[in-house]
Amino acid sequence: MNDSPAVEAEGLTHRYGSVGVLDGVDLTLHRGEVLALLGPNGAGKTTTVRILSTLLEPTGGRARVAGFDVVREARRVREVISVTGQSAAVDDKLTGRENLVTMARLAHLPRAEVRARVDELLDAFDLASAAGRRVGTYSGGMRRRLDLAAGLVARPRVLFLDEPSTGLDPRARQDLWDVVRDVVAQGTSLLLTTQYLEEADQLADRVAVLDGGRVVADGTPAALKARVGEAAVELDLATADDAARVGSALGLVPGPGVGEPGATTALRVPTDGTLAHVRDVLDRVDATGVVPRGWSVVSPTLDDVYLALTGHPTEHPTEQEDAA
Amino acid sequence: MTTLATAPRARTAAASSARPGAHLAADVWTMVRRCVLLVSRDVDSLVMGVALPVMLMVVFVYVFGGAIQAGLDGTTYLNYVTPGIVLLCAGFGAANTALAVQQDVAGGIVDRFRSMPVTAWTLLVGHVVASVVKNLVTTGVVVGVAYLMGFRPDATLAEWLGAVGIIVLWVVAITWAATFVGVVVRSVDAASAATFVMLFVPYVSSAFVPPQTMPALLRGFAEHQPVTPVIETIRGLLTGTELGTSPVLAVVWCVGIATVFAVLAGVVFGRRRHRAG
Repeated sequence: MNDSPAVEAEGLTHRYGSVGVLDGVDLTLHRGEVLALLGPNGAGKTTTVRILSTLLEPTGGRARVAGFDVVREARRVREVISVTGQSAAVDDKLTGRENLVTMARLAHLPRAEVRARVDELLDAFDLASAAGRRVGTYSGGMRRRLDLAAGLVARPRVLFLDEPSTGLDPRARQDLWDVVRDVVAQGTSLLLTTQYLEEADQLADRVAVLDGGRVVADGTPAALKARVGEAAVELDLATADDAARVGSALGLVPGPGVGEPGATTALRVPTDGTLAHVRDVLDRVDATGVVPRGWSVVSPTLDDVYLALTGHPTEHPTEQEDAA
Repeated sequence: MTTLATAPRARTAAASSARPGAHLAADVWTMVRRCVLLVSRDVDSLVMGVALPVMLMVVFVYVFGGAIQAGLDGTTYLNYVTPGIVLLCAGFGAANTALAVQQDVAGGIVDRFRSMPVTAWTLLVGHVVASVVKNLVTTGVVVGVAYLMGFRPDATLAEWLGAVGIIVLWVVAITWAATFVGVVVRSVDAASAATFVMLFVPYVSSAFVPPQTMPALLRGFAEHQPVTPVIETIRGLLTGTELGTSPVLAVVWCVGIATVFAVLAGVVFGRRRHRAG
């Protein structure tokens, strides 16, 4: 059982009444790995997390967490996981410390350890100075850190974070990412859902793109980007004439690919992105005597991946996924 | 931020036990502690929980009391009405519990509890026990104010204990009913509306006026609803009125209501994980 993957899901389906939300989700989270579940609103991200964290029973399919079946061995699963959802699971009327002590006791930490563990978490999450204040007075970032800390009192082996940075300002998001990296570095396996491509890029070893209740792509961020296209040197030329001259020197046809569709003043030169190759391309442009208006090296973003895979752009980040 | 020792590690044998009952007592205690803390921080409802019954007592005794007194023989209206005010106070406390349970269920914290190796209904027990503790405090204040106004019970220590016991039983019963409401309803507004019944039912009982003075239909309801035997029991124990079968009826009602709603609340609460969320 110790060699089991952190999460193994096969053909998970879920229906709310007559509406299918999950349509056969297959997922594997290896031990010590960070997997980002990326998808638009209603793709089934939250539903997947709720099933894996035993909060919801799947309509069909099977899932095991740390080797335990999420339906038949839910209690065993609960002993090794922690889930931090979209709505904060902390009590506003209690202080930060009281919240953590409550969670530590419910996690059945030995009594003698509770205090030390709570102090340790308050320090690590930069909440020590606010420990005696009611959570109602905390900022959004502090509250999210406390929420995460509350989920970590029992040292979970598998951590689920459902849209951890939704609603946080950039500074608070960076702080949260630092904490999450720290937790992962200690060996915790992490499955997070996000609508922020940057978040997946920053934190995840692997990305699974969820769309319409299915995983439509699964791979490292780099591999997914490679599926969409390689890096390119983009040249913006003053006239169609210039573009034709440079194009023939490089063996390329000017055309769409840069700027507006049908543009004839732009060139897209595929590159492996190495310094040598980019220099070679630029030297050959230089040799034609044409001076481009501008140029840049572009590499595909996860946004491109997302658009290519799902056919629609990413959602506005402030919208909440609502699976209810 | 300093580094964090989060390294997953084997738990102690006790902590990794998958037996559901292994930590039941400790879980209940933790939940009770949490709910009592939450209640003690909710100063608004505590003040309201005391102020409302006190104001009602002033209104009933000094505004209506003179007129009602005429229909009573042998006792002062203050002595007559105090037990009713105490129950009204308990109804108000139960309504707040319904709101607290609804907020827990609607918020994210229940999901956290459910994703931990904790038996879910211990949370409900926590709310009920916190409600009893709160009601004992507010009841104490109400009785104290009544004493200042001239309430003079002639009860022995045993009778006092009996009265407190029946009040606790009643609080447990209506708090379980309120907890059921909190688990079932989807919004704070619905919880408020549903618990309005708890605040209203005592009026159509022997709490404020003897049911004999009511029209036949209301009188039938007043004499056979659970508040009346509970009131008559407290009244009998504290002020020496006729007890009759009231204590037996009161206990049967309280235990019945508590059992039915505790089971219903537990079942509905346990079933929620199959639903959308």
